[in-house]
Amino acid sequence: MVPSLPDVPIRVTVNGTVRHSTVEGRLTLADYLREDCRLTGTHLGCEHGVCGACTVLLDGDAVRSCLIFAVQADGAEVTTVEGIGGPDGALGVVQEAWRDCHGLQCGFCTPGFVVTVTAFLRDVPDPTDGQIRDALSGNICRCTGYQGILKAVHQAAGHAVSGPGQP
Amino acid sequence: MSATTGAGTTRYAGARINRVEDARLLSGRGTYVDDISRPGMVHACFVRSPVAHARILSIDVTAAADHPGVVAVYTGTELNAGVHAQWHSSVGPAGPETPRPPLAEEKVRFVGDPVALVVALNRRLAEDAAELVEVEYDELPPVVDYETAESNPILVHEAHGSNLIGSMAGVASEQMADAFAGAAHVVSETIRQQAYVPVPMEGRGLVVDYSPASGEMTIYSATQSPHEVRLFCSRLLDLPEHRIRVVMRDTGGGFGQKIMVQRDEMCIMLAGLLLGVPVKWVEDRQENLLAAGQSRHEHAAVRMAFDSGGRIEAAQIDFVSDCGAYPTPWPVGTAAVVGSLFPGPYRVPRATFTAKAVYTNTVGRSAYRGPWQFETLAREVLLDIAARRLDMDPMELRRRNLLRRDELPYTNANGMPYDRISPMETFEQALEMLDYEAFRAEQARLRTEGRYIGVGLSNYVEPSSPGFGYYATEAATIRIEPSGKVNVYIAGGSTGNSIETTVVQLAADALGARIEDVATIQGDTAVTGFGAGAAGSRSGSMTAGAIRETSAILRARLAAIAAHKLEAAVEDIELADSRAHVRGAPAVSVSLGELAEVAYFDPFSLPPGIPAGLEASARYTSDTRFVWVNATHLCTCEVDVETGGVTILRYIVSEDCGPMINPNVVEGQIAGGVVQGIGGVLLEHLAYDEAGNPMATTFMDYLLPIATDVPIIEYGHVETPSGGPGGYKGVGEGGAIGAPPAVVNAVADALSPFGVDITRLPLGPAQVLGLLGVD
Repeated sequence: MVPSLPDVPIRVTVNGTVRHSTVEGRLTLADYLREDCRLTGTHLGCEHGVCGACTVLLDGDAVRSCLIFAVQADGAEVTTVEGIGGPDGALGVVQEAWRDCHGLQCGFCTPGFVVTVTAFLRDVPDPTDGQIRDALSGNICRCTGYQGILKAVHQAAGHAVSGPGQP
Repeated sequence: MSATTGAGTTRYAGARINRVEDARLLSGRGTYVDDISRPGMVHACFVRSPVAHARILSIDVTAAADHPGVVAVYTGTELNAGVHAQWHSSVGPAGPETPRPPLAEEKVRFVGDPVALVVALNRRLAEDAAELVEVEYDELPPVVDYETAESNPILVHEAHGSNLIGSMAGVASEQMADAFAGAAHVVSETIRQQAYVPVPMEGRGLVVDYSPASGEMTIYSATQSPHEVRLFCSRLLDLPEHRIRVVMRDTGGGFGQKIMVQRDEMCIMLAGLLLGVPVKWVEDRQENLLAAGQSRHEHAAVRMAFDSGGRIEAAQIDFVSDCGAYPTPWPVGTAAVVGSLFPGPYRVPRATFTAKAVYTNTVGRSAYRGPWQFETLAREVLLDIAARRLDMDPMELRRRNLLRRDELPYTNANGMPYDRISPMETFEQALEMLDYEAFRAEQARLRTEGRYIGVGLSNYVEPSSPGFGYYATEAATIRIEPSGKVNVYIAGGSTGNSIETTVVQLAADALGARIEDVATIQGDTAVTGFGAGAAGSRSGSMTAGAIRETSAILRARLAAIAAHKLEAAVEDIELADSRAHVRGAPAVSVSLGELAEVAYFDPFSLPPGIPAGLEASARYTSDTRFVWVNATHLCTCEVDVETGGVTILRYIVSEDCGPMINPNVVEGQIAGGVVQGIGGVLLEHLAYDEAGNPMATTFMDYLLPIATDVPIIEYGHVETPSGGPGGYKGVGEGGAIGAPPAVVNAVADALSPFGVDITRLPLGPAQVLGLLGVD
């Protein structure tokens, strides 16, 4: 067994709130957010960096919080799905598009998609369908067959959208 | 006497209503089981077998128990002693079930078999300590190849005396001999499907919170059936059912895997009772792929006899399914359904089947969306092979055999009584949506350029909303609260099936209420009547029945109170827009809130015979054993004969689910199933090596479809109402039934110039190149 490492003090700005914590060196950012911050919108679907459900923004970049240690976020700004919409509960543009286009069913993968696409559309505001599919390829959904999700990204990008399933 | 729901008012059923679940799920405010935290909660981690088959010689938990933060370490000796009874409600206490020790006793029977349970202050400490449990194994040769398991002298369960779990059969094969001997054509093949699995994005999990002082247990569970979790736990622990409360707000997908309580969950229930503090277990992805169950691993020898015009004269399937070491539940009944449904939506005068289920030293079989779907795969793949051998167009072969409306009701040769289906209509609609003739012309043109496109189709007919036993009733309680706002209490629970939205739509229509005035409370056994849960494509039809029955009681009361207050005749009262109106005098009306105020706060002003309050509970009981659903799936693809890669070009589903409650939900269910089926053919494989080691326990090895893999799915709709409530039919499973053979047939059609038949799955690039004779 690996001898335990000393706990580490960290300062992380999470959804605009500065938090000072002392964490185990091995604590992942995902577990820090879920357990220490009680922000349970960040979900764990595989814990090995494939499914994308745990995606958060770290200083603006979409990252897998299951592959990052909390100590690596020391001094950084983190945005989780809870920080994507308005403080009054209003949904953001991406979230609204997901609702309008039936982009979610069980909702477990959804926070990761919402965060991924928020960063993607900030960087690529007018994407092609191919760019959208590539951008989504690191997130897995088992309910929707991606039909509503593809449509939602087009809508969030301001593209004209027809019936469900038609991008 | 009951008021009508007013004509000309908003009808929510049938509309593309946005979901009521979405705001919380999109903002990170859902409540999945891992989001539950209770004071003093401790965390469990399993020690699992690293070998497929072995005797347990010893288990030493000393080092683990001494590890900091460890609360308890259990082996089967301690934990299994707490079992009182364990059986599932859909099977019953006398079912010929596999004995399922919560933790392994004496023997381990698959890699992942739970051997010990470590409970600690947090999950990380529990995982640390689990590594310190020392188990000594005496390895035995494993039974891995299910095709030879029946004759293998090594037994998975010695006490059973055989690796054959059980078998069922139709008429004796000899009685069919003349049908095949005398036929113009007989086409026979053996068709094999690999193991692939539901893979909900959220694994299994539960929190068991037992209070020894009060004797109350609250269980938060990732489940498709909270009431079954409660019943099962009550029997397991011998706790009175009404002292157990099961709560599930959000479940992250199930697809069949979360219908039934399995061994791992039993362990947490037992540990929770022993410890008297809240215990959480949420499986990680590796555990889900190791231990949550296998599905689809099966094969069959199939044959059909045809006359000289391509008309089917007889069909036979001899089916065998791999059920692993601990199938949940007894798998022989489902295997027999594969046999009974093999004739499909075709005119098949004579048919029979045999169906066998066998044990192996692999993870136990559990349900996956359309658990009998092999019948459609085998039949539709065989029909395409037959068309090539008979030198007929595969669509023309089907057209000659599909059941027409004027032949219904029709009982298939294995006794399945089809009615209210439209297989010919969905078939023709799908072909028209494609423009089949144009596709064939394009295919011929591209072949001259060395490019290979293909088209594949499948037809199925599926029993939804089972109307027998445990599944045959569903309850609703509706409370029009004193303010006039409506709450609908129904077993349900969000597992991705949009059942909250469905219930709100249906109840708003049934009560003539505005949809924003209706909410629903689900997934809590303390406040909802018993319901069997999300299984068998039953939720839409059964909840529609429950809401219909309950609303009728309240509509009658609302009309009586309104008539009294408005001085009108009861039969002239219409309910719409959250108000009661007098027919022909729209200005004369009273709101639901005003009616509720009378009902709750002015009971002596109520008309004679009308009770105070506006609360009612009622239960719908199925009036039909099955609600039949049919669909046609059509897929086109291009196969790259250099790389073996398959690209799906178009994907069309024409279905008949009756009237749609919410087309977004219907299409979402179909799409999800279709992509699971596409993944099952092209990507996914829960593979084991010859020693019984699982080869795909991460998402690096178990490949799931991603956004770059999927076509845009096109939908066609034919509407034949069922005989059930609202004419609705179940649509949850069909996508996963229709898709695999459509994809297989498309690939085979693309490769038809190479003279290959496809009888073995999956169809990854290596397998496609293998078919083409390329190493």
